[in-house]
Amino acid sequence: MQRNLSSIWMVAQREFTDQFRDWRIVVPMFLLVTLFPFIADDTTRQAVSFMNRFGGDLILDNLIPFVVLVIGFFPLSFTLVVALESFVGEKERGTIEPLLSSPIEDRHMYLGKLLVGITTPLVFSFASIGIYLILVSRREVTFPSAYMLTLIFLLTFAHAVLMVSAAIVISVQATTIRAANLLASFVVVPVAFLLQGETILIFWGNEDVLWFAIIGVTLLASLLVRLGLSHFRREYLLGREIDTINLKWIGRTFSSRFRGRALSIWDWYRTELPISLRELRKPLLIVVGLGLIAGLVSYFWVVTNVPTYLELSPERVSEFRTFIADNLNNIDSLGERLPAPILFLHNTRTTVIFLLLGLISFGTLGLTLFIGNIALVGGVMGAAYLVGYSPLLAFGAGILPHGIFELTAIFIATAAVLKVGAQLVTPQPDKGLGEILLIALADWLRVFVGIVVPFLAIAAVIEIYLTPVLIKLAFPYL
Amino acid sequence: MIETNDLSKQFNGDFWAVDGVNLCVEPGKILALLGQNGAGKTTTVRMLNALLKPTRGWARVAGYDVTKKPQAIRANVGVLTEQHGLYMRMTGEEYLEFFGKVYGLDPQARKRRSDYLLQYFGIAEAAQRRCGEYSKGMKQKLALARALIHDPSVLLLDEPTSAMDPESSRLVRDEIARLQSSQRTIIICTHNLAEAEALADSIAIIYRGKILLNGTLDELKRIVLGPVEYEAKFAHDFDTGELNLPQGVTLASRSADSIRFQVEAPQAVNPLLVKALASRNAPLVSFQEVPRRLEQVYLKTMAEAQGVSYAA
Repeated sequence: MQRNLSSIWMVAQREFTDQFRDWRIVVPMFLLVTLFPFIADDTTRQAVSFMNRFGGDLILDNLIPFVVLVIGFFPLSFTLVVALESFVGEKERGTIEPLLSSPIEDRHMYLGKLLVGITTPLVFSFASIGIYLILVSRREVTFPSAYMLTLIFLLTFAHAVLMVSAAIVISVQATTIRAANLLASFVVVPVAFLLQGETILIFWGNEDVLWFAIIGVTLLASLLVRLGLSHFRREYLLGREIDTINLKWIGRTFSSRFRGRALSIWDWYRTELPISLRELRKPLLIVVGLGLIAGLVSYFWVVTNVPTYLELSPERVSEFRTFIADNLNNIDSLGERLPAPILFLHNTRTTVIFLLLGLISFGTLGLTLFIGNIALVGGVMGAAYLVGYSPLLAFGAGILPHGIFELTAIFIATAAVLKVGAQLVTPQPDKGLGEILLIALADWLRVFVGIVVPFLAIAAVIEIYLTPVLIKLAFPYL
Repeated sequence: MIETNDLSKQFNGDFWAVDGVNLCVEPGKILALLGQNGAGKTTTVRMLNALLKPTRGWARVAGYDVTKKPQAIRANVGVLTEQHGLYMRMTGEEYLEFFGKVYGLDPQARKRRSDYLLQYFGIAEAAQRRCGEYSKGMKQKLALARALIHDPSVLLLDEPTSAMDPESSRLVRDEIARLQSSQRTIIICTHNLAEAEALADSIAIIYRGKILLNGTLDELKRIVLGPVEYEAKFAHDFDTGELNLPQGVTLASRSADSIRFQVEAPQAVNPLLVKALASRNAPLVSFQEVPRRLEQVYLKTMAEAQGVSYAA
């Protein structure tokens, strides 16, 4: 253990020394840390004065925590510079090869560099926040609580880990600083969106809501660290000398994984698809488990809390029933308003969105969207119960007929996305990240083309032409 | 010792950077690996240092298998990379101190080795200066000092004297020779054929990942350029007429005041040859081997590999 730590520290110490001798890092950092809090303090003063004149208590109360979050974020933008310099910069200058030729282990090198990438910007970030808080403490404004500040400090820390670990992943893929800087927008833009989302949480919710952001960002950061650890390998760092797109290789790798050993479409369905499904057993189990939990929790939450929130009286229930009856009145002609192909395309698009979100979050955002969808089903069942319909009958007539195919397709699609995420963060010594991504996407496409798309097509036809009939039969009084 | 068998490396699933390389370098011997840029020298060296995993074949370096004991190999091998790879904001002393730590030397050993190497390569006075301020030659010396900091039993040197002035090059060559005499196993990748000729016990020429030739310089000369040539020079124009040449000797060329022979076994045949010339009262001034350089061997081999004609 001590040997590991001293090895990590050895790498980190050299990086620290190198950084603090580099004026291109030190000067902008120093300016950012010392000047920005004063600018922010002046802006805060003017904003407070404006709101004191024209109102806006909600904004006023949360303005300082928001500015603290922003001030903390600015020096963090340097995490990218530090991380990119530390990895791809070394690669470009040729200094990494002597280090890789030494007996230092890959993970020690990675963790040492990660430590530096996080620590330096974080120290500047906290220093900047400290200066701002000192300035703010002299003004007559509501000072954020220690609890709120702790949450923001934790969030800033999670941001730092997230950005550095993402930058390292980029660094390992790129061979030049220029390419890495271009790729860095894939870190900056999502994190900027994330910051906007967190700002909404600060202004909209109570302090505790920030825990969701902290947990979410930490989870994502942990997955990125794991990804970085599994792909920071000498072989991969030195095996790539130039950034060229090898379309032939991409096509060959992808198609050979997609086709497998099948000789025909029938052969593919008979032999290859079952292999993919067998590989989905574990993620499917997780997805089914989480789906059940989400559905039930949502159902019971609606049944328990909604009556209080909506102040459900018999009159209001009656209003709801009339509303539902009005809406279901012309359910027979659903197909005219929503043709089956459109419904099919909509559902297919949703599963593709699961994949896209899953790709940038190692499956977690795809899974989140899935949980949201299933929670919606649970919520609708709970609502059915509250307005006096049998939730089981509502499920049996309104969801189950097409759900047999649609839910199955969505469960499988989500499990496939989860598997893509797991494949990306699982070390595979003989493969690079690009190859793993291609294989993971080919695996996903096998399941998508082989099962998800046909099932969604069948589900759309049933939902438009059979489900309305069954609803009419189950609820003749509507 | 370095030993490889069918050592091969494929990139991107379709490009063989190194293809079926067989090498054997005994302790105390130097192998010079020659080849064009991109021929596969660096990839070979990286596999020998366990930086890249062979796609096919195996290699044993310093007694360890490159795929099974990569850490042990890296701890026992000193590498001079193609680029010097110095940290420009570190001083020379700090740089060696850092790599001493990396190779697990204790503080006293670090100091001792670092002082010795800085002194030996004549850069002790610049030890406190940042590497960024060093001249090209000084950088190369410091990089070489880094490769030697842990006193490795195997050395893989990529262009060890590039960018060095003649005196420094000489110094480095002397150091390599000294290391050789202390039973180190050394591979040098170089474009400097004179250096290879001066230092190497054996030479391998690599082209497009494949070893075209491998052997001692004499063997290579014999294979590529044919039997050794000897030239007899006369005091004035002299017609030898029809010479009765001993077995194993062929006439290579003739001019008014000289004659050249290709000789299969010089030790046995040359006395007979000189005797034959003397019997004709040839005004013999000198009889010596025609010097043949590694450059001729290399250029002819490359020309043949590329299918172009070689003009000596």
